[in-house]
Amino acid sequence: MPTNILVFCETEGGQLRKSAFELLGKATQLAAATGGKVSAVVFGDADAASLGAWGASTVYVASGPAFGTYVAGAWVKALQAAIASSGANVVLGSASGVTREAFPRLSARIGAGLSVECTDLRAEGGAIVGRRPVYAGKALVDVKIKSAVGLYTVRPNSFTIGAAPGGSASVVALDAGITDADLDVKVVETLKPATQAVDLTEADRIVSGGRSLKSKESFDAIVRPLAKAAHATPGASRAAVDAGYAPHGDQVGQTGKVVNPSLYIALGISGAIQHLAGMRTSRVIVAINKDAEAPIFQYATYGIVGDLFEIAPALEKELTKALA
Amino acid sequence: MKIGVCLKQVPATDTRIRVNPTNTGILTDDVKWEINPYDEYALEEAIRLKQAGKGTEVVIFTLGDVASEARIRDGLARGADRAVRLDDPAFAGSDALGKARILAAALQQEGIGLVLAGRQSVDTDTGAVPAMIAELLGWRQASWVDKLVIEGETFTAHRAAGGGTREVVTGQLPAVITCDKGLNEPRYATLPGIMAAKKKPIVVKNAAALGIDAGSVGAAAALVVEEAMSLPPARPAGRILQGDAATVAAELVRLLREEAKVI
Ligand SMILES: Cc1cc2nc3c(=O)[nH]c(=O)nc-3n(C[C@H](O)[C@H](O)[C@H](O)COP(=O)(O)OP(=O)(O)OC[C@H]3O[C@@H](n4cnc5c(N)ncnc54)[C@H](O)[C@@H]3O)c2cc1C
Ligand SMILES: Nc1ncnc2c1ncn2[C@@H]1O[C@H](COP(=O)(O)O)[C@@H](O)[C@H]1O
Repeated sequence: MPTNILVFCETEGGQLRKSAFELLGKATQLAAATGGKVSAVVFGDADAASLGAWGASTVYVASGPAFGTYVAGAWVKALQAAIASSGANVVLGSASGVTREAFPRLSARIGAGLSVECTDLRAEGGAIVGRRPVYAGKALVDVKIKSAVGLYTVRPNSFTIGAAPGGSASVVALDAGITDADLDVKVVETLKPATQAVDLTEADRIVSGGRSLKSKESFDAIVRPLAKAAHATPGASRAAVDAGYAPHGDQVGQTGKVVNPSLYIALGISGAIQHLAGMRTSRVIVAINKDAEAPIFQYATYGIVGDLFEIAPALEKELTKALA
Repeated sequence: MKIGVCLKQVPATDTRIRVNPTNTGILTDDVKWEINPYDEYALEEAIRLKQAGKGTEVVIFTLGDVASEARIRDGLARGADRAVRLDDPAFAGSDALGKARILAAALQQEGIGLVLAGRQSVDTDTGAVPAMIAELLGWRQASWVDKLVIEGETFTAHRAAGGGTREVVTGQLPAVITCDKGLNEPRYATLPGIMAAKKKPIVVKNAAALGIDAGSVGAAAALVVEEAMSLPPARPAGRILQGDAATVAAELVRLLREEAKVI
């Protein structure tokens, strides 16, 4: 049976998110393996037609007041309508603030199996196999979905984005029949992050600091400028967060954020199992620690044994030069 | 209003995970169990809401075997009033949707008006069960909440919206709220609390008591099938750079650019 794939493409400020291209690339490969087609669904204003070049043959667009900020009731209903219109048997979304709520609801509503936070998807004998981390990434599990429709969310940065294959899409307005009753939870205020940096969960580069930074002042004076020089998002160990050097939202690890960057620089972080749980899939890990026996070195691609207060400023200088 | 707390046990976060010989799960022989860390925030918030007069009773709901009663007792010792444990051979092998069906039936049967759950279990890492419960019950929901206010029949919650943005959302009760770190500082059990917990009731309910069709839950009804578990591939041995600060910094930047090609 052909695998017809619907990709939920999220937007931010009217722009398609990078994850849309990541998922469409993967969807195109998977559909090609079974002779299926790829369609996309977009909420709100965005350049929907451009998704044709990324492999979507049809793009369903839902617009109107319900599709500005996320409203569970309306968005789940519209996703349901898009699945029905596209005849998709596989739905992909990026693991995000929206899908973590909307996809389970959709799953329960239409009786579709759900596999969240996949880091790989492959076609095997006409079926899709999702691979996802469990036990905070200390193990991986391969999952298959038995229902007629399968829902998957994919952790950002799991697939590389190639060149757009080219093509064009027909854009179809989606009428999900949204009524006031669907506007169940209202957003009354949006609190933007203080910095312009990409969020940790989507960041391609991260510089994290640990307890060894000793104070919020030195965290701000060492970790943040180095992150800026590396064009990276700052992160922190739990010890640094609990000590008040960085906000909760910056915590990386089993009880913080799980990150998947191509470069992760750990400054004075010992590499406790709970910290590793959040960053072990990073493509390149750099560890800077004065203790040569620190567990983080077992996972580091490059290690520097030394005092971070000397090395970080030197590195900041070199990175500024290199990335200017 | 009765407040329900969904609480489960998970391997302690410092557990070294080993896959069993049939690749169907982990070896649990020397695992130390704890309350799922996010469920501790849920429990704490429920206790505080009751203390603030926003709730009449805090009831723990656990889908789990008798071994999980130690964690339930811990929750009762911290201040919950009673617990409902859901256990039946028919429940074994349930996927997230099956678990949500069981928990939803129990929450409804107990007349719960507000459900507090963890943002995710740190074993299955799905973070899906609470949203499914909300859908099955037709309730409102806010997830990954680090600030919660209950005023009359309305909740106001700060939720992580993704991309570093947070949203303040409001909705009507009944609702399911999932709790994130930062919401509160969970308390520990005190000795008087531990003594009091010994007398607090834990009721066990099976499929028949919940009035759910045993065929709608468990392994046979699961839509999601876990085929094989493995350990993540080992990382290749790394390289330690030598020299003074300026030398290693320059060498690192060169390697990141030329060898690893990440900058
Ligand atoms: C339930 C639970 C959940 C947890 N969840 C998380 C989580 O999500 N994320 C997380 O990070 N942790 C988590 N932890 C905590 C974890 O176990 C560790 O305590 C924590 O990660 C340690 O942080 P750290 O590496 O900053 O501090 P430490 O372990 O104290 O390490 C500091 C390191 O800095 C080095 N150092 C000191 N001075 C310098 C210097 N001048 N230059 C260079 N190096 C220096 C030291 O050699 C040491 O290796 C959790 C723990 C529990 C119990
Ligand atoms: N077996 C269970 N018993 C009680 N609560 C559960 C159970 N499974 C999941 N939950 C609740 O749902 C939250 C998210 O779990 P999960 O969807 O499994 O990641 C947990 O933090 C709990 O609050």
